[in-house]
Parts: sequence; structure tokens; C-alpha cells
Amino acid sequence: MSLPAYATPSEKIAYWGLRVFVGLVLLFLIAPILAIMPLSFNSDMFFSYPMPGFSLRWYEDFFTNDRWQSALRLSVILAILTTIFSTTLGTLAALGLSRGNIPFRATIMAVLISPMIVPIIISALGMFFFYAKLNLLGTLPGLVLAHTALATPFVVITVTATLSSFDRTLMRAGESLGASPTTVFFRVVMPLILPGMISGALFAFGTSFDEVIAVIFIAGPEQRTLPRQMFSGIREQISPTITAAATVLIILSTLMLVTVELLRRRSERLRGIRS
Amino acid sequence: MTSVPVTPDSIMRAADGTPLKQKLAQAQRAAQMKALALIAPLFLFIVISFLVPIGAMLMNAFYDPDIHDQMPQTVAAIETWDGQSLPDETVFAAFVADMKAAHKAKSSAQIGKRLNYEVPTLKSKVTVTARKLDKIEAGPWKEAVIAIDPVWGEPETWATIKRASSTYTPFYLLNVMDLKQTADGHITTVEDNRKIYRDVLWRTLGISFLVTVITLILGFPVAYMLATVPQKTASLLMILVLLPFWTSLLVRTTAWSILLQDGGVVTQFMSITGITWLLNALGLISGEPQLFKTRFATVMAMVHIQLPFTLLPIYSVMKTISPTYMRAARSLGAKPGYAYWRVYMPQTLPGVAAGCLLTFILCLGYYITPALVGGPTDNMISGFIDSAMNQENNWGKASALGAVLLTATMILYYVYNKLVGIDRMKLG
Repeated sequence: MSLPAYATPSEKIAYWGLRVFVGLVLLFLIAPILAIMPLSFNSDMFFSYPMPGFSLRWYEDFFTNDRWQSALRLSVILAILTTIFSTTLGTLAALGLSRGNIPFRATIMAVLISPMIVPIIISALGMFFFYAKLNLLGTLPGLVLAHTALATPFVVITVTATLSSFDRTLMRAGESLGASPTTVFFRVVMPLILPGMISGALFAFGTSFDEVIAVIFIAGPEQRTLPRQMFSGIREQISPTITAAATVLIILSTLMLVTVELLRRRSERLRGIRS
Repeated sequence: MTSVPVTPDSIMRAADGTPLKQKLAQAQRAAQMKALALIAPLFLFIVISFLVPIGAMLMNAFYDPDIHDQMPQTVAAIETWDGQSLPDETVFAAFVADMKAAHKAKSSAQIGKRLNYEVPTLKSKVTVTARKLDKIEAGPWKEAVIAIDPVWGEPETWATIKRASSTYTPFYLLNVMDLKQTADGHITTVEDNRKIYRDVLWRTLGISFLVTVITLILGFPVAYMLATVPQKTASLLMILVLLPFWTSLLVRTTAWSILLQDGGVVTQFMSITGITWLLNALGLISGEPQLFKTRFATVMAMVHIQLPFTLLPIYSVMKTISPTYMRAARSLGAKPGYAYWRVYMPQTLPGVAAGCLLTFILCLGYYITPALVGGPTDNMISGFIDSAMNQENNWGKASALGAVLLTATMILYYVYNKLVGIDRMKLG
């Protein structure tokens, strides 16, 4: 957008006014994230600038304290298991959905992505009653099941989107050359939709790694995940170690954003060549 | 085509002689079955582990077994009571038998807890009555029971027991809408001093609406600029939108709750930029502003989290609007503001509707942010579900509030689906 030569003075004011306004809004969006990170290197207990000195003590606490480390371990295990299950189930379903003329496609889709739509507290409540009956409260399988249900819609959506630009004649070509459906999937389809699957898997990982409400409802008191540890930390007694934990999570999500963005650009580029 | 055998009746047939039409239908059905088989595992998983539990939760909003199971004799005896005068001796005798049994089974507290939902103070009175009745051997019971506590001499108490005596009850659902059933079965609103849930509902809707409007005001210009600057600049600016979008809700709430502390970074920023001085001069605050645990903090953090959700759908619609329309309007003599208002804005409406609706729906279910940066009076409906569940142990109430929230969300999603289509939801 540049100003046309025939711009009126009021248009010029609007043009520069818009830029200043947008700059402030973007600053508002990014400022809290940028402001929190330096605080995690504060040598002092307080959450204010200027910082009296630089120190890694909160990171030391985060990486050596048993409470934080067991929370981190549980979160990583939970997120990895969730990612494996939801990526498998979600990709299979997306493959089915992308084949033409499925009866009741809209209804099926609504059911599959319902965990993304229902407010999380309601999902947590329903799961609590259900898992109580199955004796799954406070168990790792219970948490994995809950997070898999919550994370799979993201996989279904990303993989379905990738498959919409997938050339189905490639599958027929593979089959006509004598490959079994499994071979066709692993040797032809998967390499092509892998970017979508990885994006979906990252979404699933992120969903599980950040989720706190379902964990509060269905986890046992000794099952503390990283988000739960942070949540109760803020509620009860804010320790600066939380800023270190938050920084680690911000770096992690930045890496995820970069990966997904690179994958998206790559597939856009490839598609551009093909067409 | 030459290989297709054409029979005298001029029906095209496959090599094995079946009509081609039939063969095609067979093949299509097989493909369809295969597709459904691929979907089936996830479909069943979601139905069993997600939809059925939510259905069961909705049932819990009506399920009320306590009185029915714990006071079987009273429930049977009170059925014939007219609901007007005091019940007769048989009801009291049944009540005493139940109370004695409950005292032995140590379940009188559970009965008290259930009756307490409707008549506060009954909780302790039930346990005390059960304990005292245990020492009395013979009737007449009516006088004996009323002598222990005059509350048993009031027909209203017995009406409450009668209403609670069936296994299913509209009580919880009415309760969370500040309604109650009177002794004669009519539904009226509760007394003003007991009205809390309508406030909660209005507050939830109000905060959601406010956040939606603010995200629209802040997000629309940003979307406009992103959609109209050169692609390279747009990609760079987009990172500033997507990075917070990708950072988890909990981390951003954590960041806000640390920055908003008294004497924290936001307060420092306000005093450096003179905002604190200005607010003091206007008489809006005196001294340092208190931000943490306020409505202001809740709304600000929610706006920060929801802004990308409102902005991105608007952006993707604006990307498709051709700049030639504006040029045409200008060449036809429209002033810039008029052209913008009459030509550009209407074309952005689908994006505005999608973004605002999505943000509004997501806001309704907010729990973490109001709980961490808001004060006690900023709790939204999700917060009340949590405290009904985890502090009061009142599952019926938690489920009834859940049913209300779920209904509101589903209605709005229905609208969203009609306008946008749920499977076209953007994931950044």
C-alpha cells in the first residue's frame, strides 16, 4: 500500500495515522512476550526493571528443582504419547474424509472436530465423570486419552487441508503398478503429505503440552504437568522460576512456528512448480 | 470402448457379464466402505471418549439420587401429602426411621447437604436432628421432631423434601438461572439477595462482548495494513501477530500476571509515559494504579490473547478484495472516506463476522485468564463451574452450569457454521 499521487491531505493523515496505530497494536501484541524474557535473567526476586544484575539462578532452579523437573518429564511423556495417537488416528480419518462422496460428511466432520469446539471446561467435566467410572482418574492412560481427544481435531484439519491439494492419480498409479495399499500409503502418499502431518503433529504436541484444565480435573494430586505447575504457582506464590519456565515455553513455540511456517512455504513452493 | 461387450439389449456389460452400471455402483460402494473404515477408529474414539461423557454430564444436571436413595420411607410416605398443611404422623414416623438409619450409616450429612442447596441452614439441622432422634425410642414423632428443631414444623421444609424425592429434578437447572419451584409447583425467580447466576451469565456475555469489540477496533486496521502492504513487509509484520498466537494461552496469561503485579512493568511503563500522572490529574485514580486482580487486567489479557483470532479471518478476506474497486469508486468521484465506507467495508463483512464470532465464542469459555489475572468478581461461568466442582463438590450445579454454557456455545457455532463453515477454520 503506497499513497497514490492524487492523495488528499486528509488521506495523508489517515495513511500515517494508520501506520502509527498499527505499530502500537503490534507493539501491544509482542511486548508482553518480549518483556517477560529478560525478567527471567534477573538476579533479584522482583518483577521490575531496571534489573540489578544478570543471573541464571531461575534457570538453575527450573532445571534442577525436582518439582519442576518431574513436571517437565510428565508433560513431555504425555505430549509425545498424545502426538503419536492423535497423529495416527487423525491422519487415517483425514485420508478417509478426502475420498469423495462420503455419506453424512458434514455430520462426521462436526463430530470429529467437536473437541475443539466444546469449551474446555465442559470437556474436562464430562471426562471427569466418565473416567471416574472407569477408574482412570489420576492415571497416565486417562490423561493420554483425554489429550488425544482434545488434540486430534487439529491433526484432522491440517492433514485434510494438505490432502485437498493431493493428486489422487498418484495413488492409482502406484496401485496399478502392483503396490499394496499399505505400500502406496508409505511410499507414495505419506512423503507427499508429510508436511501436513508434521504440522498436525506439532499442533497436537502443543495442545497437550499447554493444556491445564483437563489436567486439573482428571489428574491425581501428584500428577503435576508443567502447565499445572505454572498455574498453581501463579495462584499460590509467584516465584521467578515461572519466568524461566515461560521463557522456555516461548522458545519452544517459536521453534514450532518456524517449523510449521517453513513447511507451509515448502509445500506452497512445490505446488507452484507443479501448476 | 471396443472392449466393452454390447449385448443385444444394448446394455453395456463388464467382462463377467454384469451390467456396467451395477459394476460401477459396486466399486463406488466398496470405495465408500473403505473410506468409512478409515474414519471409523477416530469417529468411535471421539463418540465414546468425548461425546458420551458430555451427554452423561448433561444428564447429571438432572440427576438427583440423594434423597430418593437415602430417605426411601419418607419418599414413599410423603407422596400422598397434599403440600399445604403439615404432613401427618405417618410421614413423621417414616422420617424418623430414615433419620435413624441415616445416623447409623453416617449418611445424614449427605442428606443435609442436598437439602441445604434449597433451604440454607438445613445442613447442620439434619445432622443434629438425626443424632438426637437416635436417643428417642418411641413416639408420638410429630411433636418430638418439631421439638428438636422448629424447622420441621414448617410445611416449606417438607415441600422441599417432596420436590427432591424423585431421582430426576429440574432443580439444578432452574437454580443456575436464578429460578425456583414453589411448593405448589410454579416456577418463579428467587429472592433478589439470592440472585447470583444471572449476574454471572451477564458478566460472561458482557466481558466477551467487550473483548470482541476491542479486538475488532484494534485488529481491523492491522488486518487492513497487512493485506495492503507489499508481501515481504506483510510476512515480517505477520510474525509479530503469529508469534503471540502460537505462544500458549497459559504462558501469555502468566506473562500478564507477572507484568501487571503492583509496582511491576506495566505500572512502571504507565508512570514513565505519564499515563499515571494523567489518570491522577483526571481524578480517576490516586497514587499508583492497582492493576493485578482487576477487571481491567482481565479484559486486557483477554484482548491480547484473542486479537489474532479476530484479526486473521479479517485479513484473509481482505487479501481477496481487489484494489480496483476502490480506484473505480474514486474515479467516479467518491471522496476517500466515502469510498472506503461504501465500497471497501461491506466487502470485509464476512471476515469481520467470522473473526468476531470466533472470538466471542472462545471468550465465553475462558477460565484460566480471569482466574489468574482477574479479581474475585471477574470470574466467568467457567470459573463457577470449576468452583462448584472442586470446592463445593456440587456436581449437579456444575453440570447445570455446563449445560447452559454448552447450549450458548452450540447456538453460536451453528451460526458460525452457517456463515463460515467449521471445517474452514483457520489455524494460523
